[in-house]
Amino acid sequence: MFKKFSTATDISGSTPVKSSVQRQLRATILSQWKIEPETLESIWPKKEGLVHVKCREHISIYTVNSRPIFFQHFDSPLVPTLRILHQYPYILPKVQIDRGAIRFLLAGAHMMCPGLTSKGGWLPPAEEDLPGGTLVAIFAEGKEHAAGIGITKLSTEDMKKINKNVGVETVAYLGDDLWSVKSL
Amino acid sequence: MGKKQRAAAAAAPAPGPEEAESSTAPAAEPRLPVEVIYCGVCGWPLEYCEFGSTFTRCKEWLGAEHSELFDKYYSEDALAAKLGTISLEAQSKLEEDTAKKEAKAEARAEAELKKKMESQVVIKRVERTKRKHVTVISGLDKFGIDLKKAAKQFASKFATGASVSKVTAGATDDEIVVQGDVCYEILEMIEDGVGILKGVPADNVEIVEDKKKKGGN
Repeated sequence: MFKKFSTATDISGSTPVKSSVQRQLRATILSQWKIEPETLESIWPKKEGLVHVKCREHISIYTVNSRPIFFQHFDSPLVPTLRILHQYPYILPKVQIDRGAIRFLLAGAHMMCPGLTSKGGWLPPAEEDLPGGTLVAIFAEGKEHAAGIGITKLSTEDMKKINKNVGVETVAYLGDDLWSVKSL
Repeated sequence: MGKKQRAAAAAAPAPGPEEAESSTAPAAEPRLPVEVIYCGVCGWPLEYCEFGSTFTRCKEWLGAEHSELFDKYYSEDALAAKLGTISLEAQSKLEEDTAKKEAKAEARAEAELKKKMESQVVIKRVERTKRKHVTVISGLDKFGIDLKKAAKQFASKFATGASVSKVTAGATDDEIVVQGDVCYEILEMIEDGVGILKGVPADNVEIVEDKKKKGGN
């Protein structure tokens, strides 16, 4: 999504968000991420106004103090930026790819099932099955921090069974153009 | 790693929604963010430097800045452990790729620098009416100068209007228009690198005079 993104040409404008909409967004985040209200409060204090940065192709980035906090593509779930995810790694369910897949992830490729099901990869156990369309943090074998954020295309059980083709669609990854944007 | 965090998340029970509503009262403390150290060269978390295009420089930086962390990531044991499940063959291929990428990035950076050094800053005096002129400065953006800020600086320095005007629809070749004839003052400013006008080699600055065509009315 952010493989090619330039702040000079792809942003069409930024506006402060209405407080009623902010309330809605807050509620959405609390329901979508595994985060306590207090922690959210420390990332995004109530007093600080949220700014909506509108970009090309229905991408909306939300910033607090001109620091990107989360973004959304059209009606997709709200996605935290990778920097936020690094600080609060528990807010999204985890999947892990093996070492061989890291360089593809860092080039922006979608994650294939074998990279997730192989020995270095990790998927939640059957009782914690994630359905398709879930936002996940993509961790990497032998690494401490997340390398990307994705949306599952299959449920994790299906990934284990089918073990072919795209399992997780990459939304943001380390080194994409959103990563290099530190303030908007 | 991730699993541990997960366990930690389970151990510390997340405050329920009831607690959230009474957050004005001394409620649960917010969970502290994980401190992540980012590499000063590539800006990625340290452990991912090896996949970047500036690995050698990243390593040097880490050795100089955080020598204790250097051992953690690049000692013999760490390197052996890192191999994990990947086959030796794939690992060597990966290393080869990284080296190639690095060389490529270096070449690109060099070419960019060369191009930058070749590009010109043109200061142009354009006649408006009779004895009035404006000074047009183009090419400053190539040297990574924020045009808006530069215009502001000129405006306050010369106490005149200064604006950034778009030449074409693209954002790449904008120029600054300063009211009045201030060619030589600006040349001096650029040579001295006043304020944000730093990093422009004086040799690349050129003054051009543009006479308005005679005739018309």
